Amino acid sequence: MPATITPNKTEPERKRRLEDHDNGSGRRPPTDKRTGGGGDGDNWNERSRGHRGPYERLHRYRMGIFFALASDLMFFVAIVSTFFVNQSTGHFDAYNHYVNEWLPTAIPPILWLNTAILLLSSVTMEIARRNMFRETDVMDEWLGLGKPITRRALPWLSATIVLGMLFLAGQWVAWRQLAIQQIFFRTNQSSHFFYLITGTHALHLFLGIGALLAAFTGLYVSRQLETRQILVDGAAWYWHAMGILWLFLFGLLAFFQ
Amino acid sequence: MILTSTLPLVARLHVVAAFLGPWGLPPNASEHGLALDHHLLLNLWIALGLLVLIHVILGVGLLGGRRAEPADLWRVEYLPLAALAILFAFLTVKAERLWAAARYTGADPAALQVEVTGEQFAWYFRYPGPDATFGPTRAQLVAPGEGNPLGVDPADAHGADDEVTSELVLPAGREVDLRLKAQDVIHGFSVPAMRLKQNAVPGQTIHIHFTPTTPGTYAILCTQLCGLGHYRMNATLRVLPPDEFASWLASKRRAAP
Amino acid sequence: MSPADATRQQSFFRSRLFTTDHRVIGVQYLVLALVAVAIGTVLSLLMRIHLVWPDWPLPLHGPILPEDYLALVTIHGTIMLFFVLTTAPQAGFGNLILPAQIGSRGMAFPFLNAASFWMTAVALLTLLSSTFVPGGAAISGWTAYPPLSAIASAGPGQAMGMDLWLASIALFAVASTASSINILTTIIRNRCHGMTWERLPLTVWGWFTAALLSVIAFSVLLAAILLLFCDRHAGTSFFLPTGDLVNGVLHRGGDGSPLLWLHLFWFFGHPEVYIAILPGMGLTSMVLANFSHRRVFAYRTMIATTLLIGFLGILLWGHHMFVAGLNPFASSAFSVSTMAIALPAAAKVLSWLATTWRSSPTYTTAMLFALGFVSLFITGGLTGPILAQPILDEYLHNTFFVVAHFHLIMAMAGIFGLYAATYYWFPLLTATRSHPGRLLSEPLGRWHFWLTLVGAYATFLPMHFTGLAGEPRHYAQLTGVPGAGGALSPAGALLSHTLPLNLHITYAAIFLACAQIVFLFNLIRSLRRGVVAPPNPWQATTLEWHPAFNPFLAATASHIQVIAVHRAPCHYQSSPSGETFLPQWEPDIVVQAALESAINPKPE
Repeated sequence: MPATITPNKTEPERKRRLEDHDNGSGRRPPTDKRTGGGGDGDNWNERSRGHRGPYERLHRYRMGIFFALASDLMFFVAIVSTFFVNQSTGHFDAYNHYVNEWLPTAIPPILWLNTAILLLSSVTMEIARRNMFRETDVMDEWLGLGKPITRRALPWLSATIVLGMLFLAGQWVAWRQLAIQQIFFRTNQSSHFFYLITGTHALHLFLGIGALLAAFTGLYVSRQLETRQILVDGAAWYWHAMGILWLFLFGLLAFFQ
Repeated sequence: MILTSTLPLVARLHVVAAFLGPWGLPPNASEHGLALDHHLLLNLWIALGLLVLIHVILGVGLLGGRRAEPADLWRVEYLPLAALAILFAFLTVKAERLWAAARYTGADPAALQVEVTGEQFAWYFRYPGPDATFGPTRAQLVAPGEGNPLGVDPADAHGADDEVTSELVLPAGREVDLRLKAQDVIHGFSVPAMRLKQNAVPGQTIHIHFTPTTPGTYAILCTQLCGLGHYRMNATLRVLPPDEFASWLASKRRAAP
Repeated sequence: MSPADATRQQSFFRSRLFTTDHRVIGVQYLVLALVAVAIGTVLSLLMRIHLVWPDWPLPLHGPILPEDYLALVTIHGTIMLFFVLTTAPQAGFGNLILPAQIGSRGMAFPFLNAASFWMTAVALLTLLSSTFVPGGAAISGWTAYPPLSAIASAGPGQAMGMDLWLASIALFAVASTASSINILTTIIRNRCHGMTWERLPLTVWGWFTAALLSVIAFSVLLAAILLLFCDRHAGTSFFLPTGDLVNGVLHRGGDGSPLLWLHLFWFFGHPEVYIAILPGMGLTSMVLANFSHRRVFAYRTMIATTLLIGFLGILLWGHHMFVAGLNPFASSAFSVSTMAIALPAAAKVLSWLATTWRSSPTYTTAMLFALGFVSLFITGGLTGPILAQPILDEYLHNTFFVVAHFHLIMAMAGIFGLYAATYYWFPLLTATRSHPGRLLSEPLGRWHFWLTLVGAYATFLPMHFTGLAGEPRHYAQLTGVPGAGGALSPAGALLSHTLPLNLHITYAAIFLACAQIVFLFNLIRSLRRGVVAPPNPWQATTLEWHPAFNPFLAATASHIQVIAVHRAPCHYQSSPSGETFLPQWEPDIVVQAALESAINPKPE
């Protein structure tokens, strides 16, 4: 694609970034002349997909996020295995009877609604993410015809942010409802886990909304297409992972107590 | 100072060497310890043999003149590995059989029942009394100053005749079933001369069984870090000939109110 | 302050302190580890001194109380394992060398990298500050078993000291995970042209596997710390059984299980020791091959065993719990998986033996330390299968036999790996844009090696015997409680037999620590006055010695061609004219010649 069309100079000359010599227009791929990271002296055809061309940086960030998510998954694996161990632990009382004092916490029904909201937010996020890679729009941006990608993705991203906040508000309502029934974090063994699991997940979503807001700001501020793609793509994968994780955690709390 | 203290050191080392068994092990006084010692010594000799062998190979290889590099993967790598695999498999099987004999099955129903409780920083031993049943204990009743360190309920029929001692006294030649408990933190019940070690975990009762063979006085140590008095959490195990044990038990019962 | 000074100061902060340059971050990590190892060594000496001279008062502190001794144990273990053996090989040399070895200009996420370092630094400060809070530092060892670690009344140091310990380790876990994500992404995405997986140096494979383990293990530790923190402050009972009575404080709550902490902790803790040693194993392979002028014997098997050790490493945490209340059948299973890991480890030793066999190597200091690594790895490793048998653990668990085992194979071998790395890579460590790298003094290095080797063996070999004689770990005194009239109790009699040998161990430990002064002297002197190193002083074949990755050469060279890799590392050949070596980055001469002749056919 590069060097077949001469771009018109409708946009003013931009300050080129030192890091990758790339203004994000797709005109030049990110290069690293000294190490042959897809640079001028390198034959791209010999490199596998993702190791060359404009997506090099995107794939790098995506991979970093996947490893971070793998690590995060282990965090929840540890907590969920604790859940199962504690659930099946009892003790001998003063009369040598084995008692298991696990009292399941009935989940507030609003969690079903919250789950639906979170799933919906994943859908809107995926639409926003795919809009970042529409080829005709990428070509328009590359030709310097404004920022059609931002225009397309922004409403969907905004919808995701709103839905995400709705989910968190819903979780808050669920905690309030439990509190009214006098079930708090320290009440009993299963309420420890209910609050711990929903709490850590909510914290993750809180960070996720931070990432969405960063992507939102990035869509406005950044003129580099690649930066915008990375921001939205990274936030989207994180958001999807948290959605799938919630499905498992919700299933655990709803059906396996 | 160093000179003056090293001179008696050499003399003392000889005394120590004369007292201890092979490789410095304290003399064994239990039934299962014989096989354990035998297996341990076998392992130690094998490890020492391999240690010397590998260092000799390393030394010879370094001292010899330069030759072409070894190329035969089978002779250099796979055959020694296969030999080691067979050796380790042999040791594993032997060790597992010993382990199974010691731990897979419970004690003989006729075994002497003793309860061992660890608390910061003392061991207490409870004999079930004539009714052969341990009375229930309650944490609320624990009062070491009033002679009830375990919280035995004196109102309970089973508990009233229980004997609590701070010294473990056992008859030689009879199997003992120890039930290990911990009141506060994890403790490690260890009798080196009996080749016995098992942690006592709060909230659990763990059974181990063994047969002391040689009458004598032995050390009981705590081998799991339990707090600032860990080093002084010792007790004494006195193994008596069966008739002396019976009279000791009888005198204990007379002394009890 | 003049404006010029201000700019200079700003540039100092930018270029040396808050930088995202991976080389500088690597050096920062190494300096942090050096400070940590100095503190950890002093703490261990205090422990050794207290064991044999219990009445000796620590200046400015007074006599060492039992709780002080346990605080020394805890901080020594935590510092050494986390801030030295995890930080220096993985984050320190990883940052300094790894990108160059795969032909990358930098790490994948430079900012994350800097953030990891500063989190690690704050974690170390948090840990050290716990010494000065009321009650002192935590006393529950680096494993922090609850309920001792879960209840503030369980001992001095278990209140605020323990909280700070948990905060420090949580921070460290986050920093390590971030740093490992960075390393993994760098290795997978930033390799240069021609650097296939099979051509990766074994050091990179070590870093890669260790980073994989970090990503899996550290978040489990983080979860465990979160649960323990809730137990301490939020009234939960994840690790606390009901009716637990600690120092008159009764816990009424749900049915938690202290064993659960052991499972979570050792699920992290066992991979952790492989994180500490895997980079050292990789480096040893490469250094042995380099100075033997040989290929690494069975290169692909070495890659496979590295991965296999990593994989098995996450399946055998239960061998720390044979007598901790684990189901005896589970003990058997964990015993088998532990015995199995002896085989890939043995395969590595065989490869090292074959690589050096009849090679008449060059005995540089780096080579000596790599050979020392092999020796200590064997000596410490051979006791591994002994401890892997549950029935023998029935006698050996938590004795000094275990202390000897892990100090030889992890601490000493790990430190020898670090010394090999320091002597080997010192030119790259010291090179700047304005000055070429320097070499550490070789004669001093040889002194340092022999003194350290003798000291290491003299300190840790006798510990096997005190362990066999029955000496348990974590004992502040070895006299037991005297009976009536000051008579030795049976425990006192058993333990005091080990005192003569313990005296010897203490002397040896002091000797070992003093031997490190040679290194410090060498380091300080060579930083200023060391011999200027040639571009490739060791005739190495790996990419970190490419001129482009040496800041001095890169700054002075007029042009630098594209970096590409043409072959596996360690391409050494014996020819009648002598030894030749071909670095990974040199194009094939034959091909070049053929090309030239094809382009330029000369009529004859």
